[in-house]
Amino acid sequence: MKPLASILGAVIAAPLGWIAGLAEAPLRLWQRLTGKGGMIAFFLLPNMAIFGVFVLFPLIINIVYSTTSGSALFLSDRDFVGLGQYERLLRCDDYTNTLTCQEDQFWTAVKNTAVFVVVQVGLLISIATATALILNREIMGRSFWRAMFFFPVLLSPVVVGLIWRWILDRNGALNAALVGVGLDPVNWLLERGWAFAATIGITIWAHLGFYALILLAGLQAIPRDLYEAAEMDGTPPGRVFWRITLPLLMPNLLVVIVLSLIRAVQVFDEAYVLTGGGPGTATLYLTQYIYEVGFASLLKNPGLASAASILMGGVLIVLTLVQLGLSNRNEKKGKQK
Amino acid sequence: MKKTVTAFTLGLSLLASTAMAGDVRMMWYSDGVEGEVMKDLLARFHAQNPDINVILDEVAYKVVQEQLQIQLEAGSGPDIARVTNIKTLAPHWLNLTPYLSDPDYWRTNFGAYADWMREDGSDAITGFMTQLTLTGGFANKTLFEQAGVAMPGAGATWDDWVNASAEVAKSQGTAAAFAIDRSGHRISGPNASYGANYIAADGMPAPMDAGSKAFAEKLVGWVADGKMLKDTWVAASGSTYRAAADDFINAAIPFYYSGSWQIANLSSKIGTGFDWVAIGSPCGTVACSGLAGGAALVAVKYTKNPEDVAKVMEFLGSEEIVKEFSERTLFLPAHAGVVTKGGLKWDTKDPNVGAALDKFVSAATEVAPAAAALPSWKWASAYYGALVNRISQVMAGELTLDDAYTKIDSDIAEQVAAAK
Amino acid sequence: MTRAWAFLSRRRAGSNWDWTDIVTFVWLGAGLFIVFGPALWLVLSSLKSPAQLSEFPPTLMPYEARSVIVAGYENPLPLYKVTDDAGTRTLAEVRRVGTVAQMVDPADPGTIQKINIANRTPERDIGFSWSNYTDPFLKFDFLNYTKNSVFVTTMATLITLLTNSMAAFALSKYEFRGRGFVIVLIVATLMIPLSVILVPLYSIISGVGLINSLWGVILPTVATPTGVFLLRQYMLTIPYELLEAARMDHASEWQIYWRIVLPLTAPALAVLAIFSVVWRWNDFLWPLIVLSRQEVYTLQVGLNAYAGELNVQWHYLLAMTVMTMVPVVLVFIFLQRFITAGIAGSGLK
Repeated sequence: MKPLASILGAVIAAPLGWIAGLAEAPLRLWQRLTGKGGMIAFFLLPNMAIFGVFVLFPLIINIVYSTTSGSALFLSDRDFVGLGQYERLLRCDDYTNTLTCQEDQFWTAVKNTAVFVVVQVGLLISIATATALILNREIMGRSFWRAMFFFPVLLSPVVVGLIWRWILDRNGALNAALVGVGLDPVNWLLERGWAFAATIGITIWAHLGFYALILLAGLQAIPRDLYEAAEMDGTPPGRVFWRITLPLLMPNLLVVIVLSLIRAVQVFDEAYVLTGGGPGTATLYLTQYIYEVGFASLLKNPGLASAASILMGGVLIVLTLVQLGLSNRNEKKGKQK
Repeated sequence: MKKTVTAFTLGLSLLASTAMAGDVRMMWYSDGVEGEVMKDLLARFHAQNPDINVILDEVAYKVVQEQLQIQLEAGSGPDIARVTNIKTLAPHWLNLTPYLSDPDYWRTNFGAYADWMREDGSDAITGFMTQLTLTGGFANKTLFEQAGVAMPGAGATWDDWVNASAEVAKSQGTAAAFAIDRSGHRISGPNASYGANYIAADGMPAPMDAGSKAFAEKLVGWVADGKMLKDTWVAASGSTYRAAADDFINAAIPFYYSGSWQIANLSSKIGTGFDWVAIGSPCGTVACSGLAGGAALVAVKYTKNPEDVAKVMEFLGSEEIVKEFSERTLFLPAHAGVVTKGGLKWDTKDPNVGAALDKFVSAATEVAPAAAALPSWKWASAYYGALVNRISQVMAGELTLDDAYTKIDSDIAEQVAAAK
Repeated sequence: MTRAWAFLSRRRAGSNWDWTDIVTFVWLGAGLFIVFGPALWLVLSSLKSPAQLSEFPPTLMPYEARSVIVAGYENPLPLYKVTDDAGTRTLAEVRRVGTVAQMVDPADPGTIQKINIANRTPERDIGFSWSNYTDPFLKFDFLNYTKNSVFVTTMATLITLLTNSMAAFALSKYEFRGRGFVIVLIVATLMIPLSVILVPLYSIISGVGLINSLWGVILPTVATPTGVFLLRQYMLTIPYELLEAARMDHASEWQIYWRIVLPLTAPALAVLAIFSVVWRWNDFLWPLIVLSRQEVYTLQVGLNAYAGELNVQWHYLLAMTVMTMVPVVLVFIFLQRFITAGIAGSGLK
């Protein structure tokens, strides 16, 4: 295993090294001519140019889009309506009843997404922590188990959705098993509660391994002697967990919380393939709403979709900045110690 | 220096090859075997016209529905496409008239459906229907016989059919009595049977009328009392399409309302599992109407070589090719000559198929005028989408029927306003 | 068997059985079932015939009808087990009319027996519909799709690694005006999902003429903020003194990046590489939008062509899904220790 990988690495690295060597002379000249500033520009430019054209620029256009109306795709063919699209999204006659909102399905999607985020992240983190704790024990074949939980992370979201639809369908494997043991089949994707739970379940199934590994890395960094000292003092295991494990796991836990939070807000592919937003609108999430309004329906409304996506993007940026703030505070705290 | 020159010429030749004359790109989706039949026909065309190279891009139906419009707006896209949303996209189609050797052949044989695929008021020839479809029901004859329930005869209403099927379902223990595909198109024929008319006097969408409401109320009631299979309509949101064909194939429902395009699918998947018959459309209060539709093969305005495109279209639209295509795909032909001459030899051994196709041909005469106007009406998709979206919310218990009616009207009004 | 039990029942050395051991075994056992069960089910389903796929209750294994050639009949006839008043026997079906099947005993082809279809069950053997796998290769250009997928995955990964690591190097090892701004910009866009910028991105790609080009798929994905973020976090841990020492020895900035920083970032690069490969291989929505010509299809897009308007060809869809999973499973088997060790050791600490 190891030698094979190192041979492979060498075979790939050798020509790359050769190319890098070729770049050496011109770059040295460039450095002499332009100094450090030129080199910084050289290192940053390729990435930032692509980033600018294909990420930043579309985002800016998106803001412009959100102030226009019409079904035309190209900005020049669209009419300026100012904040009209935002008004349409946000206007309700009675804010306690989403049915009275002009875009009632937008509000349904917001509500569904909010509940999904809270429940899914809570469950995901508890299960990932439990899995990491178990993987951290001295069990036989640990690398196998570790890898096993990681396997679904490698599957494409579409495949994940398809596999589970195949299982949870009225005529699927799960119902066949229920009938087999003499129970009544359940229409998993038709009962509001079950369908909602199913979207939560399969997203946890698909992402668990990734977060469990990050947490496992944190657990392994906790010094053994802390536990040994606790054992000497006869501290009960529950107390050890709350007093030693959890505080020391905090930095990793924070990363996991924020990453999973952001991914939960964006939930789309797996859920879309699994339930298509149904039953009714019980699993209609925000990204699906945006996708359908702006892209998938026969009469598209890109302006409305852009406005919705900018509201969602705003929430995501706030979440990210909160993460930055928290991790900075953590870092500072770490330094003070 | 030499390297740059080589690279440059290489780049040029690449550019040149992508816009080579004689290339005709056709975007095509398949429900069954028609992609293979088309490939075969195109190979024959290439043998006769070696200088024209037709490239068949087989895509998912979703691509045609979602991406094609964007490509067309960008002034790109294929040269020929198989499309169902032909009216909405009509401004992008090419008028083939100046390139056709015999435009009158097209007017006589495909003229009946020409309005479906051109802008209002235009007399362009933009393409032809690869198949004509008609919505209609299928019944599981074997289940009816086993239950000892007589199949409702001619003139039977929706209630007759649903109640008879419910009896069968009860006696045979099937999942439900019947199902309708989740699609606004599918319920619009029945709506018209109850007197619905979507089109106001000025050609714009009319508000939900008593006819549409009557059938919507029936649908919701049938889901509530378990007669209509819940899965198809409730298990999705928005205007997502869902078919219930698998449940019929599985004998989970004795009665299934879909359309003529299912025949090949039913035949190949049911095999000898049970006997099934096409029953046309049950009656409402004013008619026993289905809804016509189909997929058209149209030429795109942005093509670089319209002459070649016209040659391909002439080949595929010729009488013997249309006949062969229909026979092999089990699709109803839309070619007046082929239809009047008749005598199609369906490429199947299944005795259920011929009878079913004949039934659809005769049912076509019963289409109500309000339904017949829909395929060439610009706002039909907006209406269909709103109907499906909101009625399924009522079925899921999220809205009351009255809320749904209001929402359907405002959804359509918004769509109309947004599209201006 | 005993060895397997010994393997399963091994516990933490020295300590006694306690509830945590039980929880561990239950957890891992359930995990094994929940993780691999669905995948196995998919593989078995992909080998079933279309008719069998729409059957309920579904069987675990794929079956095909057993048939027999009976004298006097052209085609092989399907066999059924019949149980009625006359006892249990195996008959071949000639035809079926309504609820009555006309059947013959293969040993006595002359006499037709009329049997109620409720009294017969088909005789079937385990049989695999390999045609679900072979047909798409004959009818569709799957080799070409694979080639395109490999091209996209390789190029995107190489460019991602190079540009992201260069940017991360500049952002972690140099002080300059506007650095904070660039970092905030990258972090802020870290989490923008593709569906949000779908429409404007499409108009840009079409504006630069990259529709139906594999580069139109590659370029928007390579400047991933995630990669820059990950690599920068890792590079921050490389001591500054190392770079200063190299500068003393007159190494150019390029050499510092290439010979010192990159090798030290290897674990994080490995993680990014693996993720990039998996992401690009699995990419679906964006390629589907950009690519509409058969010769530039990637595997995921080609796969999608099996979904028609009215009928999804499940048997092909499932088989090809399994095919596209194969490389991912190979990555998983051969590189799993690098993945797991890489994530554990990367900047995600």
